[in-house]
Amino acid sequence: MSWQPSASISNLKSRAAILAKIRKFFAEKDVLEVDTQAMSSATVSDLHLVSFETRFNDAGASAQSGKTLYLQTSPEYAMKRLLAAGSGPIYQICKAFRNEESGRYHNPEFTMLEWYRPGFDHFKLMAELSDLMQLILNCEKAESFSYQQAFMQFTGVDPLTSSLEELKQLILARNLSADWAQTETNKDTLLQYIFMELVETNIGKQAPCFIYNFPASQASLAKISSVDERVAERFELYYQGMELANGFHELTDATEQLKRFQADNKLRLENDLPEKAIDQNLISALESGIPTCAGVALGIDRLVMIAVKAEKISDVIAFPVNRA
Amino acid sequence: MANFSTNEFKNGLKLMIDGEPCNILENETVKPGKGQAFNRIKIRKLISGKVIEKTYKSGESVEGADVMETDLAYLYNDGEFWHFMNNATFEQIGADAKAVGDSVKWLKEGDECVITLWNGSPITVTPPNFVELEVVETDPGLKGDTAGTGGKPATLNTGAVVRVPLFIQIGEIVKVDTRTGEYVSRAGK
Repeated sequence: MSWQPSASISNLKSRAAILAKIRKFFAEKDVLEVDTQAMSSATVSDLHLVSFETRFNDAGASAQSGKTLYLQTSPEYAMKRLLAAGSGPIYQICKAFRNEESGRYHNPEFTMLEWYRPGFDHFKLMAELSDLMQLILNCEKAESFSYQQAFMQFTGVDPLTSSLEELKQLILARNLSADWAQTETNKDTLLQYIFMELVETNIGKQAPCFIYNFPASQASLAKISSVDERVAERFELYYQGMELANGFHELTDATEQLKRFQADNKLRLENDLPEKAIDQNLISALESGIPTCAGVALGIDRLVMIAVKAEKISDVIAFPVNRA
Repeated sequence: MANFSTNEFKNGLKLMIDGEPCNILENETVKPGKGQAFNRIKIRKLISGKVIEKTYKSGESVEGADVMETDLAYLYNDGEFWHFMNNATFEQIGADAKAVGDSVKWLKEGDECVITLWNGSPITVTPPNFVELEVVETDPGLKGDTAGTGGKPATLNTGAVVRVPLFIQIGEIVKVDTRTGEYVSRAGK
């Protein structure tokens, strides 16, 4: 245990300069900075995310009857409520909290930049994110490939039409040492594994690289494409071995959103995880009407890591969890 | 033996993988923003000595291996087994040729070795980092050579052959680093 910061003061100065540049970037485009709550009465239902929870002892509450509040895993739901209320384009720089292991690229609380652009589709937002990357990192313009293109280029297999069996054969043929894969029944798990091993390791080396139009089964909160219903209008940005951002041409249909939350909960039960209460405020906001828009979340700590050529996230965070 | 979940993985944890006890050398969690997380581990197989990588879905469990290390003094070889003794309890244990492996050439009576036991049986024998052994055969060297340039081969009383400086003579005791198999110095008698 040490009282001193794990990041050098010089890295913390670079971090501050980057945050100032980001605020200027959005101010010049008339995107409004917002500051929504970090604690909410509902949380994400995503199978793979674990939120922190705490208890709020309001007047009249005992230690037992206090209300459960969840620390946000991202500010997405609150920002969508603002969009529905007519905020126009908005951005936020805030802490996000995920109850998971810390490591070279992870700290359980991290800084997120999230922004929403009414009237944009995911391609227009990708272009804006590429501009921001060039401004902060002085890097080349980002490349972009569809998920299907990139997957086929590095594996020879079509992710949208392949069967479970074909993916298992690919894992054997490439000598990937994942014994569980041969008995796996979830195609997305195999796709995610193969993508991590064979695609992510080969992209985003020189210039940032967008992967867009993920399989519809990995849509998260993105719209399903009206051109090809096998894919969702979701994108990710990869650069120098890291996943930097995830964005959507946002799902705006309340009924469809409710269905996805319910499907998440079904999956949670199948995996022996507790169901999560659905965020009714978000559903109500979508019902009242939210402009068609695109939104993206970018990991600021990782962005700073690239800017200062840091090896690990603790080099750019003053007090990571092991010094917190 | 208990099972260990991927979130309990750490360096030094002993697991049963492919029917062989293994030691985790490195553990890395790969967690995407959306979707399945994975644990990538680098392991040493404790019997074959092979180092390999494996990837697990985070949340999977793997059977632990009942592996422990103990310091035991080498006693003697009966032709089939190499016998070791715990100097505190006087308990004895015999290791076969497979467990002793290449370490056989460094075993000197009385030296304390690290014996790795799996389910109570020796699977590897690690000699001390430095051993002192007697030169039983070497070419007579040139007197006056102290720089040790090049050197010459010398056979030691355990059968090991190491390169020694030219001035080393038969009957001298030399100190050898068992990790590299290199001569370190003359040893005081």
